[in-house]
Amino acid sequence: MKLTIGAVVEPGSTMVTKTGAWRTFAPVVDHKKCIKCSLCEIYCPEACIHQVEGLFVPDLDYCKGCGICSHECPRKAITMILEEK
Amino acid sequence: MMKVIEGSHAVAHAVMCCRPDVISAYPITPQTHIVEHLSQLVADGKLNTEFLTVDSEFSALSSLVGASVVGARCYSSTTSQGLALMWEVLYNSSGLRLPLVMTVANRALGAPLNIWNDQQDSVGARDSGWIQLYAENVQEAVDMTPQAYKIAEDPDILLPVMVCMDGFILTHVYEPVYLLEQDKVDSYLPPYRPAVVLDTANPKTFGAFVDPSKFTEYRYMQWDAQIRAKQKIVDAALDFQKIFGRYYGGLIDTYHAEDAEIMIVTMGSVIGTIRDCIDSMRAEGIKVGLTKIRSYRPFPAEALQKALKDASVIAVIEKDTTVGNQSALLTDLKAALYNSKLRMPVLGFTAGLGGRDITVTDIRKMVEISSRAKDGVAESDYQFLDLKKELL
Repeated sequence: MKLTIGAVVEPGSTMVTKTGAWRTFAPVVDHKKCIKCSLCEIYCPEACIHQVEGLFVPDLDYCKGCGICSHECPRKAITMILEEK
Repeated sequence: MMKVIEGSHAVAHAVMCCRPDVISAYPITPQTHIVEHLSQLVADGKLNTEFLTVDSEFSALSSLVGASVVGARCYSSTTSQGLALMWEVLYNSSGLRLPLVMTVANRALGAPLNIWNDQQDSVGARDSGWIQLYAENVQEAVDMTPQAYKIAEDPDILLPVMVCMDGFILTHVYEPVYLLEQDKVDSYLPPYRPAVVLDTANPKTFGAFVDPSKFTEYRYMQWDAQIRAKQKIVDAALDFQKIFGRYYGGLIDTYHAEDAEIMIVTMGSVIGTIRDCIDSMRAEGIKVGLTKIRSYRPFPAEALQKALKDASVIAVIEKDTTVGNQSALLTDLKAALYNSKLRMPVLGFTAGLGGRDITVTDIRKMVEISSRAKDGVAESDYQFLDLKKELL
């Protein structure tokens, strides 16, 4: 895609611009421990944790690895794992 | 129509003739009479524009960013600390490729507190991506205003332009000026018709987030547009001459340059004094000439290499310094000459800071120092020409 003068683009560019690349730690959910309280979804500052087929799943295309979900989880069901790149 | 008029009022009249849609103003010290007079023209019903009185210089430029993306032709003016407060928006407006035009009345930056003329303010913004034109006198500042819009709004360029004029020396002086004729400006400067505007019916994102995979390319496009603007600046001056009959050079201009052994390089109002000096020194047989910088950004490297190639020594005089290095124009010029293999001595002189007058005596002293360097006498290659050593 050719670049435009002044970076004028179609709206909604966040959907195509993946911003998860600068993450160091990735959240890994233990679904057996999860009680589906949805606190992780509520607290996620990127709003990138969603229910997929009833399970809470972080969208790693946008997750920055901040660890707030892991910190807030009352059942310690989310572990932050170092990602090797 | 020629009229004896204050510099600021003459520029305000020129702005009016360019039919700006939006003018922003933060008319508090440091300022000039430019936006004050524009507000008077609006109040008198002579100028139909959206006149925004804002809460700071930061807002003054930010509001123009918003107005420009909806397709408005925009104008503001500022000076010294006001320009400094606009700093972040200078880079944003240039990166957004918005063709704003702003007059900068050049004045010193504090501290110490000082309201008088030098060029430290705009010279410090040389890397912001704005095109910078420097006027020698009020007439040139007036005539540069429509030229600035012509260059800025060119679809191949789309960069903001600063028209720099020396504060007080030009903004507050009364001198005879040919005021621009509206019909001629209209034939010179077509209405601004941007290809893309902010429009709720056809939404776009302006200045989108760009990650490391594309940022370099955006900066390159901006850099490339500045380089291409060199020809547009030349063309804008020639087109202006065809309609108005006045011409001041393109990127640079020269005076008695043909056989000059000592070539003075500078920009701004000090050129008037230097022209007089050259006349009297030429009468004494001193082969001295002048190269005037009209466009400091883009920097006219090729034009300078050509204009300076036969000189024996070059003397750069400027109203700024780079604390921790030599002055700005000097280092830019030396960088332009190095790979061209021109190897005459290049001497730098900072003078006229904080409103100190640069006198005929100063210019003669500079020429004498340069003449000794021409004859192989080594001296400091950079100095504060008018430094009062007895005060230190």
